[in-house]
Amino acid sequence: MSQAVVDRLNAQFGERVLETSDAFGDHEVVVALKDWVEVAQFMKDDGDLQMDHFIDLTAVDYPERESARFDVVLMTRSSVTGARIRLRTHAKDGEEPGSLAGTWSGANWAEREVWDMFGIKFNGHPDMRRILLYEEFVGHPLRKDYPIDKAQPLVPYREVSDIDKLPPFGIEEGQPFARIDWESRLSGGDNQVSPALGVQQGQRRTLSDSEAAQQVQARIEARMAQEAPEDAAEEGSGE
Amino acid sequence: MEPADELLNDQASLELSADPMRLNMGPSHPAMHGTIRMVIDLDGETLVNLDVQPGYLHRGFEKSCERGTWAQVFPYADRLNYVSPMLNNVGWALAVEKLLEIEVPERCQYYRVILGELARISDHFTCNGASAMELGAFTPFLWLLKVRDWVWDILERETGARMTHSFGRIGGMAAPPTVNFKDDVLRVIPEVHKVVKETEIMLLRNRIFLDRMQGVGVLTKAQALSYGVTGPMARSTGIPYDVRKDHPYLVYDRFDFDVPVGEDGDNWDRFMVRLEEIRQSVRIIEQAIEQMPDDGPINVDDPRIVYPEKDDVYTTIEATIAHFKLVMEGLRTPKGEVYSFTEGGNGELGFHIVSDGSGTPYRVRVRPPCWYNLAAAREMLLGGMIADIIPTFGSVNMIGGECDR
Repeated sequence: MSQAVVDRLNAQFGERVLETSDAFGDHEVVVALKDWVEVAQFMKDDGDLQMDHFIDLTAVDYPERESARFDVVLMTRSSVTGARIRLRTHAKDGEEPGSLAGTWSGANWAEREVWDMFGIKFNGHPDMRRILLYEEFVGHPLRKDYPIDKAQPLVPYREVSDIDKLPPFGIEEGQPFARIDWESRLSGGDNQVSPALGVQQGQRRTLSDSEAAQQVQARIEARMAQEAPEDAAEEGSGE
Repeated sequence: MEPADELLNDQASLELSADPMRLNMGPSHPAMHGTIRMVIDLDGETLVNLDVQPGYLHRGFEKSCERGTWAQVFPYADRLNYVSPMLNNVGWALAVEKLLEIEVPERCQYYRVILGELARISDHFTCNGASAMELGAFTPFLWLLKVRDWVWDILERETGARMTHSFGRIGGMAAPPTVNFKDDVLRVIPEVHKVVKETEIMLLRNRIFLDRMQGVGVLTKAQALSYGVTGPMARSTGIPYDVRKDHPYLVYDRFDFDVPVGEDGDNWDRFMVRLEEIRQSVRIIEQAIEQMPDDGPINVDDPRIVYPEKDDVYTTIEATIAHFKLVMEGLRTPKGEVYSFTEGGNGELGFHIVSDGSGTPYRVRVRPPCWYNLAAAREMLLGGMIADIIPTFGSVNMIGGECDR
């Protein structure tokens, strides 16, 4: 059923269809970044295909791949024929695929989420804001080089100046287990060991060196220094 | 002269501002199920502009999945749609099984169907009950939740937990059905029928309820397709798309059931579609109970995938090692990428998983039905009245855990 879609796209775009696959029964077509919007629009408009039901748009990060770091994946379905297809393209870090928000309205939020999580901007998107996280968030968490236990800098309370929110936990805490040490792997090190084991071997990466952590630490110290004399005075008066 | 009278004489100061009023609704508003913030521009009581802002319940589901084993995702999956966790459990299990290219034994498939449909009933009970409650009809809410509790009693007896079961396993279930499973389910079915009937008597001829639901929050068929809306919300617009019918998984192709569709795509249709789906779920359960074998294995017979029996783990070295390997390293999946989808409580619940051949998922993407359903909410609300946000947003049935992940 979905094979028909692959055949139709092959016939229409010929050489521009880079790859097709039907692994695990999921039919897939790979196109170049520049053809991304055109192929998607064609799938929707073509009388034979009518892939009018938007299903999902997401990305996958392969930081070790030389050619292009990200896969951007679109899944659609036809409400007429019931066929499903997965369209894929490769994007380098910083490259901007064209936005499909004009083709399927559902792509609007999906692309905002991909921007939020992976840092892939979509060219021509009407409203490229973060969607799940907040504006002040540093980094894009679903990139493989974003450590899962990374501490975020404190965000000054919006508009109200003098309210300081400290996290209820220290910056060294958090969840210290992960399977792959991406930071070491990407910097060429061979430290593939899980950080949980790394703790025992003294290899655990600490967060203290990161800029964000230092900022947080500095603020905590400044705050403690500010409060300490008052505390001492109170104790004194109590006695 | 009183100051108020002075104001009356001063015509200029009485003129109301023509600018739209900006209102923040949520994130902690009683009607914003879970935590959603809506920034609204109001002209009188009419919504002229609207920005729906999800994300307040974001807890990094997809990132968290990348650092555990395949089996360790089950508890996270439970907490996606916490009103029907069994459907998520089974959805995740099916996704990994698709990657492993295995199929669970027949008895387990029926077991999954029955538990899943019970979860769907409880999901629709919650949504419809809450919709009625928010419009002032508190009684149907309590009645529906009473029966939902009896449904949860069954799930509790089977799984040990009322809500977050973590009961699914890759290649089977955590435990076989209890001895009284079929009787328990058959005993609750008449109660489900009864309470659905009672709800209909209470609500379907109620003038207030009709006025608040009919013609409010309309979504057209084209909009639904374009936004990627699925599930009861898509069916209410007239799209007969149900994963159980269109792409049957488990043993759904063996049951005789209907897919209810609406016509107008308004709140009323969404309410009625859910109500009818409860009846259809009951039909599926009745047939599944009849067809389900009473004995036979629940798990696939493959020690590389399924945990060994606890007795063996404590008494034999082979089972101890197998257990250790499965827990510490996780089962190995072939390299590849699959998209597996099931019919969740709110629509197509898809798991797009990428495996690099290790015991840990390389990437897990969950396609939450709520996410796209909520994205379409803007279209349904714009131009309406501010009070209509409550029933419309209620009938979208946004589940924060699933939407924000």
